[in-house]
Formats: sequence, C-alpha cells, structure tokens
Amino acid sequence: MNAPLPRQWDSLRQNRGRRLERAASLGLAGKNGKEIPVDRIIDLLEAVIQPGDRVCLEGNNQKQADFLSESLADCSPERINHLSMVQSVLALPSHVDLFERGLANRLDFSFSGPQGARLAKLVQEQRIEIGAIHTYLELFGRYFMDLTPNVALIAAQAADAEGNLYLGPNTEDTPAIVEATAFKGGIVIAQVNERLEKLPRVDVPADWVDFTVLAPKPNYIEPLFTRDPAQITEVQVLMAMMAIKGIYAEYGVTRLNHGIGFDTAAIELLLPTYAADLGLKGKICTHWALNPHPTLIPAIESGFVESVHCFGSEVGMDAYISARSDVFFTGADGSMRSNRAFSQTAGLYACDMFIGSTLQMDMAGNSSTATLGRITGFGGAPNMGSDPHGRRHASPAWLKAGREAYGPNAIRGRKLVVQMVETFREHMAPVFVEELDAWKLQKMMGAELPPIMIYGDDVSHIVTEEGIANLLLCRSPEEREQAIRGVAGFTPVGMARDKAMVENLRDRGIVRRPEDLGIDPRQATRDLLAARSVKDLVRWSGGLYAPPSRFRNW
Amino acid sequence: MEKLNFQFASAPASPAADPALCGVVGSGNLEILLNAGDLPNQCVVEIKTAARGFADTWQAVIGAFAAAHPAGGTRIAINDMGATPAVVSLRLAQALAEYQGGAQ
Repeated sequence: MNAPLPRQWDSLRQNRGRRLERAASLGLAGKNGKEIPVDRIIDLLEAVIQPGDRVCLEGNNQKQADFLSESLADCSPERINHLSMVQSVLALPSHVDLFERGLANRLDFSFSGPQGARLAKLVQEQRIEIGAIHTYLELFGRYFMDLTPNVALIAAQAADAEGNLYLGPNTEDTPAIVEATAFKGGIVIAQVNERLEKLPRVDVPADWVDFTVLAPKPNYIEPLFTRDPAQITEVQVLMAMMAIKGIYAEYGVTRLNHGIGFDTAAIELLLPTYAADLGLKGKICTHWALNPHPTLIPAIESGFVESVHCFGSEVGMDAYISARSDVFFTGADGSMRSNRAFSQTAGLYACDMFIGSTLQMDMAGNSSTATLGRITGFGGAPNMGSDPHGRRHASPAWLKAGREAYGPNAIRGRKLVVQMVETFREHMAPVFVEELDAWKLQKMMGAELPPIMIYGDDVSHIVTEEGIANLLLCRSPEEREQAIRGVAGFTPVGMARDKAMVENLRDRGIVRRPEDLGIDPRQATRDLLAARSVKDLVRWSGGLYAPPSRFRNW
Repeated sequence: MEKLNFQFASAPASPAADPALCGVVGSGNLEILLNAGDLPNQCVVEIKTAARGFADTWQAVIGAFAAAHPAGGTRIAINDMGATPAVVSLRLAQALAEYQGGAQ
C-alpha cells in the first residue's frame, strides 16, 4: 500500500493569510476594518497581489471597475508582473496598459470591443498571450474550474462599515466573480461609489469581501443598449415586419432574447403597432432575457411584456424599472438586481429564440464580427445564438422548429437562431461573403480556431431586406447555400445564385419574399414605429426614463 | 454625378392616372418619380446618381425589380444620393404600389 503523499492541504488559506498580514503590516485594514483610504490603494494592491497571480478585473460592456484597473496599471512592474488576467471585457485603455507596462502577460476574456485593434497589435508583437476567447458563461464556468482568481477587483455601488456590498441595478458579473474568488482562498477588493451606514440591500455579504475603497468618482457605465429610434431606417422597418410576421407569429415565440442593434430595436418598436394589428399581443414576446432596452418601453406600456430578466442595467432606466416591478426583477428595496450569469443561463436554456446581427456571414451560414486587424471576441452571442443540446423541456416554438429540422417524428426540438442583416453595411461592404475575415485573422494571430461568433449549423433563419431564408427546411448543403444566396441581395455572392434553384426553394417556402408574406411595402415607413425619437420614449415612460445627455436633443 | 439609362421588359402594370413620388433626395436615400410610359411591356428607367461606378449594381437591382413586379408601361426617374440596393428596392416597390393604388 502506498503511503499518502506528504503535503499541506490548506496552502491557499495560509497564502491568503500571509497576503492579509502584509497589508495589515502596512497599516491597511486588519484591526482598522476593511476600508482602505483612496491614496493607499497602490500600497494595498502591491501588498496583496503576487507576481504570477491570476487576477480578475471586473468590467463588462456596462459596469467597469475602472478605478481599480487604473490603479493596478499604476503599480510597479518590479513588484507585480507576469499576471494572468481573467476578465469579461477588455474595454478600457487601462486594461491594455497592464500589458503594455509589463504587469500582465496573459489574458483570458470574452469581448474586447473598443480595444480590439490595440489588442491585435499586442498579440502580433507577442507581448500578450491570449489563453482563449470565451463566451461569458464559459468564462464564468472556468472561474470555478481551472481559472479561479487569486485576486478579484470588483465594482459596487455602496459598502457599509462591515464591508457588505450593495451592487445596485448593475449587479451584472459581480456575484459570479466574488463567489469563485472568496471560496477558493482568494482576495476580494471592491471599489465603491459611496459609503452608507445602512445599505438598501446586501448583494454581497461582508465576509466574502476583504477590502473596500471609495473611488474618486463613480464607476463608469456605458449606455450600450440605448438605440435612438430617430436612426431606424425604413429598410429596418421592412425587415422587422418580415421577422414579426414570418417568424415570431408563425412559431408563436413567447420567450426570447434580442441582440443589440437597430434591427432588433425596430422589432421592439413595431410590437405595439404592427404586431398588435396582427393580433399578436399576448401571443408573442411575453418573456425576455434582455437588458432594459429603452426601445422596449412602448411594448411594456402596451401590455405586450410580462417579464424581463436583465444581464445588467441601462443608464437612465433605473426609475422606470423600479416603477415596473411586475415586469423586472427587483429587490425589496425597489431597485433592480441584474445577474449576467443567470440571464445567460435563461438565454441559453429558457429562450425559444435568439435574434441578432453580424458583420459577415459565409455560404455555410457561419457568422463573425471579427474583421482584419481587430480581435473583438463574442460576449454572450454564442450562448444565446446556439441550439442547446442539453435542453429537455418542450414549448410550441421549439417543437415546431424541431419538426421542421428533423421531421415529424423528431425526438427533440430546436431553438430558433435568427440572423437579421441588411445585405450591405456602410460603404457598400457586403455582409455575405465567400470567406469570412475570421480565417485570415486566425492565421495572423496563430489561433487554433477562427473566431466564429455563431456557427452556421446553429442558424435557423436569415432575415434580410430581400426576404427570409428558413435553413431548417433545407435538406442538403447545396440547398442551404442557395437559400443563403437567395436572400443575399445584390452582393457578389447573392448575384452568383442559381436562380432556378432559388425559385424552387421559394416555391417550397424555404425562401420567402415580402410579397410572399403579404407585406405591403407602403407600410414600411417610420410612421409604423411606436416611438420615433428618444423624446417619444420618455413620453411613453411617463417621464420615468431619463436618457443620458448625449441622447437628449430637445 | 453619373447618368444611367436602362430599359427592361416587364409584365404590364395596371395603368394609373397619377404619377407616384416616393422618397427624398438625402444622404443614403433617393427620390423616385414613377410615370406612365409609352411602351406597355417595357420599364424605362433614368437614373441620376451621386455615387459613380455602380452601373452593374443598378442594372441588377432594376432588372430584378422589373422581373419580380409588373412594371411594364412605366417610366421611372430616380435621383440618388448613395442609397443602398436595399433602399432602392424598397423605394421601387413602394412607388409601384403607390402608382397602382393598392392594386398589388
């Protein structure tokens, strides 16, 4: 019999103790509680973070722990280096500064948006090693598996003297990050916007939090999901009409997620008008996994919407949300609690449809938002935009889609994954292409896989200004390809269609034109939108929606 | 500014008394004036466009329109400010529907 290996079984806890002692020896916290003076934040970070640590920097496309990120970037690279960063979003300049200044050299993340070009440059210069690009749920999952943080730097609305945290409506990723860190010997440091004697509610209990610091200014929040109805075009109205009549109504889609963009904003604004006229109120769009889109206000006020669970909040929507607690998830204090991990789970398993947009799509239906010279990542789209094979509960929409895909005796249903695009983007750049830029990007970055956002075999429908392609009904790769070309408009790949085959697909209802759906093009005007400006949205909300100043033009 | 002229065979449209006007001349948009023409089986189109070098695309867009809709016996004048094919197709469909007064 082998003797048990001699080893220490609580090294994480002991290591944590040494980190806390180092901080206490500098007069930081310990007996003085968890509150750190703002001018000692760098001393604290240099005391508790060790070279080679895995550090989670909270930040999403909405809430950002921006003060802690800037402070970490200002630490000495002699003291702190070789950090392995894990974070949902690489969005702020200071996120990239960490790598440029030599504090960190490895990154696992989900989305990089505005820093995509700087990130690509660092990868090419081999100054940053990308572990992987994830979806949010994958990354959260790995926090509890092989990417558990040693230190988490998070953002909260308020802390009390004990260190309890109130996260406010932008709860977002914080619960997942803190849980993984606090229960595996890690250190949790929170920047807070205010200190309160009594919190409105406790979102994170004090014994999961080690330090709090009052940030010089409130954490940044990007109004990412605000779309000004004034910018919605008539082509978008036409596409929204097609989606509502040809997909939402036909499948009876009640539970869904909308991607970000003007195409889906147009659908939201057509619910109280066009969809109501079609008699669809109560039959579609009742339950949502969605950020609080201001453009959903008219549908909520019209009684279309029963429930909305949110990934995060949206600037200016808090008072409206509080006043609509039947619809949104709110605490006893009245404010919303969002939760990205749970909302992503709802989007994956409890939604019958995802509808979103993309920058490029190939002839197999694969889509990507990666373009040359930029590494952008995926965020939540691949979770929302995939058919989860782990789903077991049935719903009419899921069953209908399943029978279309697998035949009348199907033993499983199918999620509707809809891509909605105009065939040309700005500057006449075609959305439909023979080969995605993602393949060139893969070679350039030396990545193992091309950055494909939504795989073609997960896509059920494509909506363009030319019509709807139902890929579920295609019975061969050739049919799929011609169905896609058949709605690709006047792009080169659209013009290269086999016209006879596309007409055959049209006869079988696989490709449908607006006239096939009984849509009168004269109705496709901005007059059909329930709100035509941000001011209209404010009016619909009874003055509760307070748009950020950049969206106010009155 | 580029001027383009096309003529496509098309099934006859129901003739209407009044011309139809659709859209506005603005960035990314276009104005379409649809009149009764002289040739019952032809759709005659005259385009003035701010975007040069897209003659092939125009030909494809107008050709597809004339094939998919009964647009014979019409004369169409277009003033374009860089509209995408999507906008052009929508405006043509709107103008024809307007011209025929719901006969579609």
